[in-house]
Amino acid sequence: MQLYLPIADLPVNVFLVLAMGAAVGFVSGMFGIGGGFLMTPLLIFIGITPAVAVASVASHIAASSFSGALSYWRRRAIDPALASVLLCGGVTGTALGVWTFTQLRALGQLDLMIALSYVVLLSTVGSVMFSEGLRALMRTRRGAVPPRRAHNWIHGLPLKMRFKRSKIYLSVIPVVIVGIVIGFIGAIMGIGGGFILVPIMIYLLRVPTSTVIGTSMILTLVTMLFATLLHAVTNHLVDAVLALILMIGGVTGAQFGARAGQKIRGEQLRLLLGLLILSVGVRFAVELVIRPEDLFTIRELGVSG
Amino acid sequence: MIRALLAVALTLMLGGAARAERLIVSVSNHRVTVTPNYSGEELVLFGSVEKDASTPADRTTYDLVVTVMGPRADMVTRRKEHTFGIWINTDYRQFLQVPSYLALFANRSFEAITSPEIARRQQIGLNNVLLMQRVSGDYADVVPNDAFRSAFIRLRTQRGLYREDAAAVTFLTPTLFRTGIPLPAEVPIGTYEVEIKLFSNGAFIGKTDTAFEIVKVGFEQFVATNARQNGLVYGLVTAAMALMTGWMASIVFRKD
Repeated sequence: MQLYLPIADLPVNVFLVLAMGAAVGFVSGMFGIGGGFLMTPLLIFIGITPAVAVASVASHIAASSFSGALSYWRRRAIDPALASVLLCGGVTGTALGVWTFTQLRALGQLDLMIALSYVVLLSTVGSVMFSEGLRALMRTRRGAVPPRRAHNWIHGLPLKMRFKRSKIYLSVIPVVIVGIVIGFIGAIMGIGGGFILVPIMIYLLRVPTSTVIGTSMILTLVTMLFATLLHAVTNHLVDAVLALILMIGGVTGAQFGARAGQKIRGEQLRLLLGLLILSVGVRFAVELVIRPEDLFTIRELGVSG
Repeated sequence: MIRALLAVALTLMLGGAARAERLIVSVSNHRVTVTPNYSGEELVLFGSVEKDASTPADRTTYDLVVTVMGPRADMVTRRKEHTFGIWINTDYRQFLQVPSYLALFANRSFEAITSPEIARRQQIGLNNVLLMQRVSGDYADVVPNDAFRSAFIRLRTQRGLYREDAAAVTFLTPTLFRTGIPLPAEVPIGTYEVEIKLFSNGAFIGKTDTAFEIVKVGFEQFVATNARQNGLVYGLVTAAMALMTGWMASIVFRKD
Protein backbone atom coordinates (compact mmCIF):
# COMPACT_ATOMS: atom_id res chain seq x y z
CA MET A 1 0.00 0.00 0.00
CA GLN A 2 1.51 3.30 -1.10
CA LEU A 3 1.26 6.33 1.13
CA TYR A 4 2.41 9.81 0.31
CA LEU A 5 4.59 11.38 3.00
CA PRO A 6 3.61 15.05 3.19
CA ILE A 7 6.93 16.53 4.33
CA ALA A 8 9.37 14.04 2.88
CA ASP A 9 7.42 14.61 -0.39
CA LEU A 10 7.77 11.02 -1.38
CA PRO A 11 5.44 8.04 -1.79
CA VAL A 12 6.49 5.08 0.34
CA ASN A 13 5.18 1.62 1.00
CA VAL A 14 3.48 1.67 4.40
CA PHE A 15 4.41 -1.93 5.15
CA LEU A 16 8.07 -1.34 4.33
CA VAL A 17 8.27 1.57 6.77
CA LEU A 18 6.25 -0.34 9.36
CA ALA A 19 8.60 -3.32 9.02
CA MET A 20 11.62 -1.05 9.34
CA GLY A 21 10.15 0.47 12.48
CA ALA A 22 9.48 -3.00 13.89
CA ALA A 23 12.97 -4.29 13.02
CA VAL A 24 14.68 -1.30 14.60
CA GLY A 25 12.28 -1.52 17.55
CA PHE A 26 13.22 -5.18 17.99
CA VAL A 27 16.92 -4.32 18.07
CA SER A 28 16.35 -1.39 20.40
CA GLY A 29 14.26 -3.48 22.77
CA MET A 30 16.89 -6.20 22.75
CA PHE A 31 19.76 -3.87 23.62
CA GLY A 32 17.78 -1.34 25.64
CA ILE A 33 18.64 1.56 23.35
CA GLY A 34 16.59 4.09 21.37
CA GLY A 35 17.62 2.81 17.96
CA GLY A 36 17.92 6.20 16.30
CA PHE A 37 21.38 5.38 14.98
CA LEU A 38 19.80 2.57 12.94
CA MET A 39 16.52 4.26 12.03
CA THR A 40 17.99 7.46 10.59
CA PRO A 41 20.41 5.64 8.24
CA LEU A 42 17.66 3.24 7.11
CA LEU A 43 15.40 6.16 6.21
CA ILE A 44 18.26 7.80 4.32
CA PHE A 45 18.87 4.56 2.41
CA ILE A 46 15.22 4.36 1.24
CA GLY A 47 15.52 7.84 -0.25
CA ILE A 48 14.30 10.20 2.45
CA THR A 49 16.58 13.23 2.69
CA PRO A 50 18.91 13.16 5.72
CA ALA A 51 17.39 16.38 7.04
CA VAL A 52 13.82 15.02 7.11
CA ALA A 53 15.04 11.66 8.45
CA VAL A 54 16.87 13.26 11.38
CA ALA A 55 13.97 15.54 12.27
CA SER A 56 11.29 12.83 12.04
CA VAL A 57 13.23 10.14 13.88
CA ALA A 58 13.46 12.46 16.91
CA SER A 59 9.74 12.05 17.58
CA HIS A 60 9.95 8.30 16.95
CA ILE A 61 12.65 7.99 19.62
CA ALA A 62 10.61 10.14 21.99
CA ALA A 63 7.74 7.65 21.70
CA SER A 64 9.84 4.56 22.33
CA SER A 65 11.78 6.13 25.20
CA PHE A 66 8.53 7.30 26.80
CA SER A 67 7.09 3.80 26.91
CA GLY A 68 10.43 2.57 28.32
CA ALA A 69 10.67 5.40 30.85
CA LEU A 70 7.15 4.66 32.12
CA SER A 71 8.00 1.08 32.99
CA TYR A 72 11.27 2.14 34.64
CA TRP A 73 9.37 4.78 36.61
CA ARG A 74 7.00 2.17 37.95
CA ARG A 75 9.99 0.10 39.09
CA ARG A 76 11.47 3.24 40.70
CA ALA A 77 14.58 2.80 38.53
CA ILE A 78 14.88 6.52 37.67
CA ASP A 79 16.90 9.06 39.63
CA PRO A 80 14.90 12.32 39.36
CA ALA A 81 17.71 14.54 40.70
CA LEU A 82 20.30 13.12 38.31
CA ALA A 83 17.81 13.32 35.44
CA SER A 84 17.11 17.01 36.08
CA VAL A 85 20.80 17.93 36.16
CA LEU A 86 21.37 15.96 32.93
CA LEU A 87 18.38 17.74 31.38
CA CYS A 88 19.82 21.20 32.10
CA GLY A 89 22.68 20.26 29.82
CA GLY A 90 20.53 18.23 27.43
CA VAL A 91 18.10 21.03 26.60
CA THR A 92 20.95 23.50 26.00
CA GLY A 93 22.75 20.99 23.82
CA THR A 94 19.62 20.28 21.77
CA ALA A 95 19.02 23.98 21.12
CA LEU A 96 22.64 24.38 20.03
CA GLY A 97 22.34 21.28 17.87
CA VAL A 98 19.20 22.43 16.05
CA TRP A 99 20.78 25.85 15.48
CA THR A 100 23.91 24.23 14.01
CA PHE A 101 21.69 21.96 11.90
CA THR A 102 19.95 25.01 10.38
CA GLN A 103 23.27 26.75 9.66
CA LEU A 104 24.78 23.67 8.02
CA ARG A 105 21.67 23.18 5.93
CA ALA A 106 21.94 26.73 4.58
CA LEU A 107 25.58 26.07 3.69
CA GLY A 108 24.71 22.85 1.88
CA GLN A 109 26.98 20.80 4.11
CA LEU A 110 24.35 19.18 6.32
CA ASP A 111 24.32 15.80 4.59
CA LEU A 112 28.11 15.65 4.75
CA MET A 113 28.18 16.54 8.44
CA ILE A 114 25.52 13.94 9.25
CA ALA A 115 27.50 11.29 7.38
CA LEU A 116 30.82 12.34 8.93
CA SER A 117 29.36 12.37 12.44
CA TYR A 118 27.99 8.89 11.87
CA VAL A 119 31.34 7.60 10.65
CA VAL A 120 33.35 9.08 13.52
CA LEU A 121 30.93 8.39 16.33
CA LEU A 122 29.70 4.97 15.31
CA SER A 123 33.06 3.51 14.37
CA THR A 124 34.61 4.74 17.63
CA VAL A 125 31.77 3.62 19.88
CA GLY A 126 31.31 0.44 17.88
CA SER A 127 34.94 -0.66 18.09
CA VAL A 128 35.23 0.21 21.78
CA MET A 129 32.07 -1.71 22.56
CA PHE A 130 33.08 -4.64 20.38
CA SER A 131 36.55 -5.00 21.90
CA GLU A 132 35.18 -4.51 25.39
CA GLY A 133 32.56 -7.20 24.78
CA LEU A 134 35.23 -9.51 23.36
CA ARG A 135 37.44 -9.03 26.40
CA ALA A 136 34.54 -9.60 28.80
CA LEU A 137 33.59 -12.74 26.92
CA MET A 138 37.13 -14.08 27.19
CA ARG A 139 37.25 -13.19 30.87
CA THR A 140 34.12 -15.17 31.62
CA ARG A 141 35.53 -18.08 29.59
CA ARG A 142 38.55 -18.05 31.87
CA GLY A 143 36.30 -17.60 34.88
CA ALA A 144 38.03 -14.39 36.03
CA VAL A 145 36.24 -11.68 38.00
CA PRO A 146 36.06 -8.25 36.28
CA PRO A 147 38.43 -5.82 37.99
CA ARG A 148 36.81 -3.21 40.21
CA ARG A 149 37.67 0.31 39.17
CA ALA A 150 38.73 3.00 41.65
CA HIS A 151 37.38 6.56 41.62
CA ASN A 152 38.72 8.66 38.75
CA TRP A 153 39.59 12.35 38.30
CA ILE A 154 35.95 13.22 37.61
CA HIS A 155 35.18 12.59 41.23
CA GLY A 156 37.64 15.30 42.24
CA LEU A 157 35.67 18.10 40.53
CA PRO A 158 33.93 20.79 42.63
CA LEU A 159 30.17 21.59 42.90
CA LYS A 160 29.33 18.19 44.29
CA MET A 161 25.78 17.08 44.78
CA ARG A 162 24.21 14.06 46.40
CA PHE A 163 22.01 11.92 44.13
CA LYS A 164 19.97 9.93 46.64
CA ARG A 165 18.38 7.26 44.54
CA SER A 166 21.60 6.41 42.71
CA LYS A 167 23.53 6.60 45.99
CA ILE A 168 26.34 8.65 44.46
CA TYR A 169 28.03 11.91 45.42
CA LEU A 170 29.13 13.64 42.24
CA SER A 171 30.06 17.02 40.75
CA VAL A 172 27.32 18.51 38.53
CA ILE A 173 29.91 19.76 35.98
CA PRO A 174 30.54 16.46 34.15
CA VAL A 175 26.82 15.61 34.32
CA VAL A 176 25.81 18.88 32.63
CA ILE A 177 28.58 18.50 30.03
CA VAL A 178 27.44 14.96 29.21
CA GLY A 179 23.89 16.31 28.83
CA ILE A 180 25.04 19.06 26.44
CA VAL A 181 27.07 16.67 24.29
CA ILE A 182 24.27 14.10 24.03
CA GLY A 183 21.66 16.78 23.29
CA PHE A 184 23.87 18.34 20.62
CA ILE A 185 24.73 15.19 18.69
CA GLY A 186 21.18 13.92 19.11
CA ALA A 187 19.72 16.96 17.38
CA ILE A 188 22.22 16.83 14.52
CA MET A 189 22.31 13.08 13.96
CA GLY A 190 18.76 12.07 14.83
CA ILE A 191 19.78 9.69 17.58
CA GLY A 192 18.70 9.46 21.18
CA GLY A 193 22.26 8.83 22.24
CA GLY A 194 21.41 6.06 24.70
CA PHE A 195 24.12 3.81 23.33
CA ILE A 196 26.78 6.41 24.20
CA LEU A 197 25.11 7.84 27.29
CA VAL A 198 24.73 4.54 29.15
CA PRO A 199 28.43 3.54 28.91
CA ILE A 200 29.50 7.09 29.83
CA MET A 201 27.26 7.08 32.88
CA ILE A 202 28.45 3.65 33.98
CA TYR A 203 32.17 3.99 33.37
CA LEU A 204 32.78 7.71 33.84
CA LEU A 205 30.13 8.88 36.30
CA ARG A 206 29.83 5.55 38.14
CA VAL A 207 26.05 5.62 38.13
CA PRO A 208 24.82 2.25 39.40
CA THR A 209 23.24 -0.08 36.83
CA SER A 210 19.94 -0.03 38.75
CA THR A 211 19.15 3.58 37.73
CA VAL A 212 21.33 4.14 34.67
CA ILE A 213 18.98 3.01 31.89
CA GLY A 214 15.84 4.60 33.34
CA THR A 215 17.60 7.92 33.94
CA SER A 216 19.20 7.98 30.49
CA MET A 217 15.76 7.32 28.98
CA ILE A 218 14.46 10.49 30.66
CA LEU A 219 17.24 12.49 29.04
CA THR A 220 16.53 10.87 25.66
CA LEU A 221 12.80 11.50 26.03
CA VAL A 222 13.06 15.18 26.89
CA THR A 223 15.84 16.06 24.44
CA MET A 224 14.04 14.27 21.60
CA LEU A 225 10.71 15.95 22.40
CA PHE A 226 12.51 19.28 22.45
CA ALA A 227 14.36 18.46 19.22
CA THR A 228 11.03 17.54 17.54
CA LEU A 229 9.60 20.87 18.59
CA LEU A 230 12.61 22.90 17.47
CA HIS A 231 12.96 21.07 14.15
CA ALA A 232 9.24 21.67 13.52
CA VAL A 233 9.47 25.37 14.33
CA THR A 234 12.74 26.25 12.60
CA ASN A 235 13.15 23.88 9.67
CA HIS A 236 9.60 22.52 9.10
CA LEU A 237 11.10 19.12 8.43
CA VAL A 238 9.26 16.83 10.85
CA ASP A 239 7.11 14.38 8.92
CA ALA A 240 4.37 13.44 11.36
CA VAL A 241 2.93 10.73 9.11
CA LEU A 242 6.31 9.05 8.74
CA ALA A 243 6.95 9.42 12.47
CA LEU A 244 3.61 7.83 13.37
CA ILE A 245 4.22 4.75 11.21
CA LEU A 246 7.71 4.39 12.68
CA MET A 247 6.41 4.77 16.23
CA ILE A 248 3.75 2.10 15.81
CA GLY A 249 6.24 -0.33 14.28
CA GLY A 250 8.92 0.63 16.78
CA VAL A 251 7.03 0.23 20.04
CA THR A 252 5.62 -3.11 18.90
CA GLY A 253 8.98 -4.46 17.80
CA ALA A 254 10.61 -3.28 21.03
CA GLN A 255 8.39 -5.56 23.11
CA PHE A 256 9.51 -8.66 21.25
CA GLY A 257 13.09 -7.45 21.22
CA ALA A 258 13.11 -7.03 24.98
CA ARG A 259 11.96 -10.63 25.40
CA ALA A 260 14.63 -11.90 23.00
CA GLY A 261 17.29 -9.83 24.76
CA GLN A 262 16.64 -11.54 28.08
CA LYS A 263 17.67 -14.88 26.55
CA ILE A 264 21.14 -13.64 25.51
CA ARG A 265 24.03 -13.10 27.92
CA GLY A 266 25.19 -9.54 28.63
CA GLU A 267 28.67 -9.91 27.09
CA GLN A 268 27.34 -11.44 23.89
CA LEU A 269 24.74 -8.70 23.73
CA ARG A 270 27.42 -6.01 23.94
CA LEU A 271 29.51 -7.78 21.33
CA LEU A 272 26.56 -7.90 18.95
CA LEU A 273 25.62 -4.29 19.58
CA GLY A 274 29.22 -3.18 19.03
CA LEU A 275 29.31 -5.05 15.74
CA LEU A 276 26.01 -3.53 14.64
CA ILE A 277 27.10 0.03 15.48
CA LEU A 278 30.44 -0.51 13.77
CA SER A 279 28.84 -1.78 10.57
CA VAL A 280 26.54 1.25 10.29
CA GLY A 281 29.60 3.50 10.74
CA VAL A 282 31.51 1.61 8.04
CA ARG A 283 28.53 1.80 5.70
CA PHE A 284 28.59 5.61 5.98
CA ALA A 285 32.37 5.72 5.52
CA VAL A 286 32.15 3.71 2.31
CA GLU A 287 29.46 6.07 1.03
CA LEU A 288 31.75 9.06 1.60
CA VAL A 289 34.86 7.56 0.05
CA ILE A 290 33.52 5.97 -3.11
CA ARG A 291 32.74 8.25 -6.01
CA PRO A 292 29.03 9.13 -5.84
CA GLU A 293 26.90 8.04 -8.79
CA ASP A 294 26.01 11.64 -9.38
CA LEU A 295 28.22 14.55 -8.43
CA PHE A 296 25.36 17.01 -8.67
CA THR A 297 22.41 17.52 -6.35
CA ILE A 298 19.46 19.89 -6.49
CA ARG A 299 17.74 21.50 -3.58
CA GLU A 300 14.52 23.44 -3.97
CA LEU A 301 14.34 26.63 -1.97
CA GLY A 302 10.58 26.65 -1.69
CA VAL A 303 7.95 27.05 -4.38
CA SER A 304 6.56 30.51 -4.79
CA GLY A 305 3.27 31.23 -6.50
CA MET B 1 -20.97 51.14 -28.79
CA ILE B 2 -21.86 47.66 -27.61
CA ARG B 3 -20.86 46.26 -30.95
CA ALA B 4 -17.49 48.01 -30.72
CA LEU B 5 -16.89 46.61 -27.24
CA LEU B 6 -17.84 43.14 -28.40
CA ALA B 7 -15.45 43.41 -31.27
CA VAL B 8 -12.63 44.41 -28.92
CA ALA B 9 -13.48 41.58 -26.56
CA LEU B 10 -13.54 39.11 -29.41
CA THR B 11 -10.22 40.35 -30.71
CA LEU B 12 -8.70 39.92 -27.26
CA MET B 13 -10.19 36.47 -26.82
CA LEU B 14 -8.93 35.20 -30.10
CA GLY B 15 -5.47 36.51 -29.37
CA GLY B 16 -5.11 38.60 -32.49
CA ALA B 17 -7.72 38.03 -35.12
CA ALA B 18 -5.26 39.12 -37.79
CA ARG B 19 -3.69 35.65 -37.74
CA ALA B 20 -4.87 33.24 -40.32
CA GLU B 21 -5.21 30.23 -37.98
CA ARG B 22 -6.88 29.86 -34.68
CA LEU B 23 -5.89 27.27 -32.09
CA ILE B 24 -8.60 25.83 -29.93
CA VAL B 25 -7.40 23.66 -27.05
CA SER B 26 -8.65 22.06 -23.90
CA VAL B 27 -7.15 19.83 -21.23
CA SER B 28 -9.04 16.80 -19.96
CA ASN B 29 -8.97 18.06 -16.40
CA HIS B 30 -8.38 21.62 -15.23
CA ARG B 31 -7.99 20.65 -11.62
CA VAL B 32 -5.94 17.60 -10.71
CA THR B 33 -6.28 16.51 -7.09
CA VAL B 34 -3.39 14.71 -5.46
CA THR B 35 -4.66 12.33 -2.81
CA PRO B 36 -2.45 10.43 -0.33
CA ASN B 37 -2.35 7.37 -2.59
CA TYR B 38 -1.74 9.35 -5.78
CA SER B 39 0.86 7.61 -7.90
CA GLY B 40 1.01 9.72 -11.03
CA GLU B 41 -1.51 10.49 -13.72
CA GLU B 42 -1.75 11.55 -17.33
CA LEU B 43 -3.68 14.54 -18.51
CA VAL B 44 -4.76 14.80 -22.12
CA LEU B 45 -4.62 17.99 -24.16
CA PHE B 46 -6.95 18.18 -27.16
CA GLY B 47 -7.07 20.84 -29.78
CA SER B 48 -7.67 21.78 -33.32
CA VAL B 49 -6.25 24.24 -35.81
CA GLU B 50 -9.05 26.31 -37.30
CA LYS B 51 -8.40 27.83 -40.67
CA ASP B 52 -10.19 30.87 -41.95
CA ALA B 53 -10.53 32.67 -45.25
CA SER B 54 -7.16 34.38 -45.01
CA THR B 55 -5.25 31.12 -44.59
CA PRO B 56 -2.88 30.66 -47.52
CA ALA B 57 -4.03 27.79 -49.67
CA ASP B 58 -0.63 26.08 -49.73
CA ARG B 59 -0.59 25.75 -45.93
CA THR B 60 -1.78 22.23 -45.36
CA THR B 61 0.52 20.67 -42.77
CA TYR B 62 1.12 22.01 -39.31
CA ASP B 63 3.64 21.38 -36.54
CA LEU B 64 2.96 21.86 -32.87
CA VAL B 65 5.09 22.38 -29.80
CA VAL B 66 3.39 22.14 -26.43
CA THR B 67 5.20 23.57 -23.40
CA VAL B 68 3.93 22.74 -19.91
CA MET B 69 5.42 24.75 -17.07
CA GLY B 70 4.79 24.05 -13.39
CA PRO B 71 4.99 26.57 -10.55
CA ARG B 72 8.29 28.42 -10.42
CA ALA B 73 10.82 28.08 -7.62
CA ASP B 74 14.41 28.94 -6.77
CA MET B 75 16.74 25.95 -6.80
CA VAL B 76 20.35 25.33 -5.92
CA THR B 77 22.51 22.85 -7.80
CA ARG B 78 25.61 21.69 -5.96
CA ARG B 79 28.63 19.79 -7.22
CA LYS B 80 30.63 17.32 -5.17
CA GLU B 81 34.38 17.21 -5.47
CA HIS B 82 36.98 14.80 -4.20
CA THR B 83 38.59 16.63 -1.29
CA PHE B 84 40.68 15.07 1.49
CA GLY B 85 39.74 11.61 0.29
CA ILE B 86 36.00 12.14 0.59
CA TRP B 87 33.31 13.63 -1.62
CA ILE B 88 32.21 17.08 -0.50
CA ASN B 89 29.80 19.67 -1.93
CA THR B 90 32.00 22.52 -3.12
CA ASP B 91 30.73 24.66 -5.96
CA TYR B 92 27.09 25.64 -6.44
CA ARG B 93 24.81 27.63 -8.74
CA GLN B 94 21.49 29.17 -7.94
CA PHE B 95 18.67 28.86 -10.46
CA LEU B 96 16.13 31.62 -10.08
CA GLN B 97 12.40 31.16 -10.58
CA VAL B 98 12.75 28.13 -12.82
CA PRO B 99 9.75 25.87 -13.52
CA SER B 100 9.49 23.00 -11.04
CA TYR B 101 7.91 20.95 -13.83
CA LEU B 102 8.77 21.44 -17.47
CA ALA B 103 7.64 19.40 -20.42
CA LEU B 104 8.06 20.03 -24.13
CA PHE B 105 6.06 17.97 -26.57
CA ALA B 106 6.01 18.06 -30.34
CA ASN B 107 4.72 16.03 -33.24
CA ARG B 108 8.20 15.60 -34.73
CA SER B 109 11.77 16.50 -33.85
CA PHE B 110 12.34 20.13 -32.97
CA GLU B 111 15.03 20.42 -35.64
CA ALA B 112 12.56 19.31 -38.29
CA ILE B 113 9.89 21.74 -37.13
CA THR B 114 11.83 24.98 -37.29
CA SER B 115 15.23 26.60 -37.65
CA PRO B 116 17.67 26.82 -34.70
CA GLU B 117 17.20 30.58 -34.76
CA ILE B 118 13.43 30.46 -34.24
CA ALA B 119 13.75 27.55 -31.83
CA ARG B 120 15.95 29.66 -29.61
CA ARG B 121 13.69 32.67 -29.79
CA GLN B 122 10.56 30.64 -29.07
CA GLN B 123 12.33 28.53 -26.38
CA ILE B 124 11.72 25.26 -28.18
CA GLY B 125 13.53 22.31 -26.55
CA LEU B 126 15.06 21.92 -23.10
CA ASN B 127 18.31 23.40 -24.42
CA ASN B 128 16.55 26.59 -25.41
CA VAL B 129 14.27 27.15 -22.43
CA LEU B 130 15.38 30.12 -20.40
CA LEU B 131 16.75 29.01 -17.02
CA MET B 132 17.90 32.09 -15.18
CA GLN B 133 20.97 31.63 -13.01
CA ARG B 134 22.75 33.84 -10.57
CA VAL B 135 26.40 33.68 -11.52
CA SER B 136 28.49 35.67 -9.05
CA GLY B 137 26.04 38.57 -8.75
CA ASP B 138 24.99 38.53 -12.39
CA TYR B 139 21.68 37.24 -13.67
CA ALA B 140 21.90 35.29 -16.87
CA ASP B 141 21.21 32.04 -18.60
CA VAL B 142 24.32 30.23 -19.73
CA VAL B 143 25.24 28.11 -22.74
CA PRO B 144 23.25 24.87 -22.99
CA ASN B 145 26.31 22.67 -22.41
CA ASP B 146 27.23 24.37 -19.12
CA ALA B 147 27.98 21.66 -16.53
CA PHE B 148 25.54 22.95 -13.92
CA ARG B 149 22.76 23.63 -16.40
CA SER B 150 22.97 20.21 -18.02
CA ALA B 151 23.26 18.49 -14.61
CA PHE B 152 20.20 20.39 -13.45
CA ILE B 153 18.18 19.30 -16.48
CA ARG B 154 19.46 15.73 -16.24
CA LEU B 155 18.51 15.40 -12.55
CA ARG B 156 15.07 16.90 -13.09
CA THR B 157 14.57 14.57 -16.06
CA GLN B 158 15.53 11.55 -13.96
CA ARG B 159 12.77 12.44 -11.51
CA GLY B 160 10.30 12.76 -14.39
CA LEU B 161 9.86 16.46 -13.72
CA TYR B 162 11.55 17.71 -16.88
CA ARG B 163 10.83 15.97 -20.13
CA GLU B 164 11.11 16.39 -23.84
CA ASP B 165 9.22 14.19 -26.24
CA ALA B 166 9.20 14.91 -29.95
CA ALA B 167 6.63 12.23 -30.67
CA ALA B 168 4.06 12.97 -28.00
CA VAL B 169 1.76 15.14 -30.12
CA THR B 170 -0.32 13.17 -32.58
CA PHE B 171 -2.42 14.62 -35.34
CA LEU B 172 -5.65 12.69 -35.60
CA THR B 173 -6.60 14.60 -38.73
CA PRO B 174 -4.41 17.22 -40.43
CA THR B 175 -5.90 19.81 -38.04
CA LEU B 176 -7.04 17.83 -34.98
CA PHE B 177 -4.38 16.94 -32.42
CA ARG B 178 -3.91 15.45 -29.00
CA THR B 179 -1.06 14.95 -26.54
CA GLY B 180 -0.68 13.32 -23.14
CA ILE B 181 0.83 15.26 -20.24
CA PRO B 182 2.32 12.74 -17.81
CA LEU B 183 2.41 13.91 -14.20
CA PRO B 184 4.71 11.87 -11.92
CA ALA B 185 3.87 10.88 -8.35
CA GLU B 186 6.00 13.63 -6.83
CA VAL B 187 4.44 16.35 -8.98
CA PRO B 188 4.76 19.86 -7.51
CA ILE B 189 1.46 21.49 -6.62
CA GLY B 190 0.34 24.81 -8.06
CA THR B 191 -0.72 26.35 -11.33
CA TYR B 192 0.60 24.89 -14.56
CA GLU B 193 0.79 26.99 -17.69
CA VAL B 194 0.42 25.31 -21.05
CA GLU B 195 1.63 27.07 -24.19
CA ILE B 196 0.76 25.68 -27.57
CA LYS B 197 2.84 27.02 -30.44
CA LEU B 198 1.89 26.45 -34.03
CA PHE B 199 4.40 26.18 -36.86
CA SER B 200 4.02 25.64 -40.55
CA ASN B 201 6.85 25.12 -43.03
CA GLY B 202 9.34 26.16 -40.37
CA ALA B 203 7.65 29.48 -39.57
CA PHE B 204 6.05 30.35 -36.25
CA ILE B 205 2.46 31.29 -36.99
CA GLY B 206 0.70 31.56 -33.67
CA LYS B 207 0.16 30.38 -30.17
CA THR B 208 -2.43 29.98 -27.47
CA ASP B 209 -2.36 29.35 -23.74
CA THR B 210 -4.30 27.32 -21.28
CA ALA B 211 -3.68 26.28 -17.71
CA PHE B 212 -4.51 23.65 -15.17
CA GLU B 213 -4.06 23.41 -11.48
CA ILE B 214 -2.69 20.67 -9.25
CA VAL B 215 -3.98 20.67 -5.72
CA LYS B 216 -3.33 18.34 -2.86
CA VAL B 217 -6.35 17.36 -0.86
CA GLY B 218 -7.08 15.44 2.27
CA PHE B 219 -5.20 14.76 5.43
CA GLU B 220 -1.82 14.83 3.74
CA GLN B 221 -2.23 18.39 2.50
CA PHE B 222 -3.57 19.43 5.88
CA VAL B 223 -0.38 18.10 7.47
CA ALA B 224 1.92 19.78 4.95
CA THR B 225 0.19 23.16 5.25
CA ASN B 226 0.25 23.12 9.01
CA ALA B 227 3.87 22.04 9.18
CA ARG B 228 4.79 25.10 7.17
CA GLN B 229 2.39 27.64 8.65
CA ASN B 230 1.95 26.63 12.28
CA GLY B 231 5.33 25.13 13.10
CA LEU B 232 4.92 25.42 16.83
CA VAL B 233 1.46 23.84 17.00
CA TYR B 234 2.56 21.16 14.57
CA GLY B 235 5.61 20.40 16.71
CA LEU B 236 3.52 20.25 19.86
CA VAL B 237 0.98 17.93 18.25
CA THR B 238 3.75 15.64 16.96
CA ALA B 239 5.36 15.59 20.41
CA ALA B 240 1.98 14.82 22.01
CA MET B 241 1.44 12.07 19.46
CA ALA B 242 4.81 10.56 20.39
CA LEU B 243 3.88 10.60 24.09
CA MET B 244 0.47 9.07 23.36
CA THR B 245 1.96 6.27 21.29
CA GLY B 246 4.56 5.53 23.95
CA TRP B 247 1.96 5.55 26.68
CA MET B 248 -0.42 3.32 24.70
CA ALA B 249 2.37 0.84 24.09
CA SER B 250 3.23 0.69 27.77
CA ILE B 251 -0.46 0.00 28.56
CA VAL B 252 -0.97 -2.58 25.83
CA PHE B 253 2.21 -4.51 26.53
CA ARG B 254 2.16 -4.17 30.30
CA LYS B 255 3.08 -7.50 31.79
CA ASP B 256 1.80 -7.11 35.33
